Amino acid sequence: MSEATVLHLDQVSRIHGEGATEVHALRSVGFRARAGELVAVMGPSGSGKSTLLTLAGGLDSPTSGAVYVEGTDLSGLGNAGRARMRRTSIGYVFQDFNLIPALTAAENVALPRELDGERSAAARRLARAALAEVGIEDLADRFPDEMSGGQQQRVAIARAIVGDRRLILADEPTGALDTTTGEEILKLLRSRCDAGAAGVLVTHEARHAAWADRVVFLRDGVVVDETGADEVETLVESGHPA
Amino acid sequence: MTIRSALLALLEHKPMYGYQLRAEFERRTGATWPLNVGQVYTTLSRLERDGLVEGTGVDEDGHGMYVVTAAGREEAAAWFTTPVARSQPPRDELAIKLALAVTVPGVDVGTVIQHQRSATMTALQDYTRLKRQASSGTADSDLAWSLVLDSLVFSAEAEIRWLDHCEARVRRAAAERADDPVAPAAGPSAGPSAGNPSAATVEEVSR
Repeated sequence: MSEATVLHLDQVSRIHGEGATEVHALRSVGFRARAGELVAVMGPSGSGKSTLLTLAGGLDSPTSGAVYVEGTDLSGLGNAGRARMRRTSIGYVFQDFNLIPALTAAENVALPRELDGERSAAARRLARAALAEVGIEDLADRFPDEMSGGQQQRVAIARAIVGDRRLILADEPTGALDTTTGEEILKLLRSRCDAGAAGVLVTHEARHAAWADRVVFLRDGVVVDETGADEVETLVESGHPA
Repeated sequence: MTIRSALLALLEHKPMYGYQLRAEFERRTGATWPLNVGQVYTTLSRLERDGLVEGTGVDEDGHGMYVVTAAGREEAAAWFTTPVARSQPPRDELAIKLALAVTVPGVDVGTVIQHQRSATMTALQDYTRLKRQASSGTADSDLAWSLVLDSLVFSAEAEIRWLDHCEARVRRAAAERADDPVAPAAGPSAGPSAGNPSAATVEEVSR
């Protein structure tokens, strides 16, 4: 546990709406993911687990508190800076893959590098290396609709890791896949983390969360428990009606 | 009856002595349910008394060897073709504990559930680690062990789903009680309580 912290949520709260309709999606949550570690986040719907992931990915900003990725405070960056961070440091994997249908696997994976100003040939080279890492180099020239769900999710993971990004955020990445294919995807995430990345996996499936080193339970925007940790940051606070 | 049937089934494969039977049993089940060799010999002598196995004397190293009889083969075959009875569910400590937790005053049910879920999740993480380490070989015993692991994984997962369900039900019931002041206020609380009813609980049930 002495590894470097890649993601740190410090006392993060997120309130949607205001006045009578305000919803506290997260309440003073402390959360860390370290290099080499896969952390699963579980909780019922409405518990704040997706909010946690979108804040970690810089897709949304906290109402209070700070989100640090590799030591950089995301809210201090502004929109352009956060977008750059997403292209260079943060990989995001979605349940429905979110590949661009008109681009081949290699083009999809190269896109974040090209958007970041990398020359096309160099970006393609990195893309092929990332595809090789997830075991589908031979599918580089296929389009998404020529691939199975499991293959598309592999492409999405390659896109999330291309250019050696060290934070992988996965939102129900196995949701649309059958059990065996889902397990392959978890194996892949797991091996990326074993190789030094920090991973955060949001899932409602206990069987999938069990691949993680730590499992954090959220309820009503609060971390209520944690397995596999050295210490629990927030103790049980159960049963407050939301 | 399980050990008895399992030993008969193993002896169908080939004649064996007690230690060998134990080793073969554990090789297939990953020592998930350890057998002591005393149990094996007690069971063998009962099987012999019932005419299902026969002692055939000792091998060159002095081990007492056993073979299965025709009646034993029949019983082993019947075991495989008869479903395991579900009519009398085995006593389930956790279900009993929760049934009591929601009816005994002063128990913080939410905490009981949360602690159990963490303990079960920790067990599930352990099984998953074992699965990752398990060789993916094609030998029969590799397959047997990985199926046993899957069984543990599925039942831990089912327990967590059931706990999630219990939590949602208990919270809904508490909310309904709060909306309906006429209803008796006594009874289980899903909210925080001063006591710490489940510190011992977790230790007791964690595997």
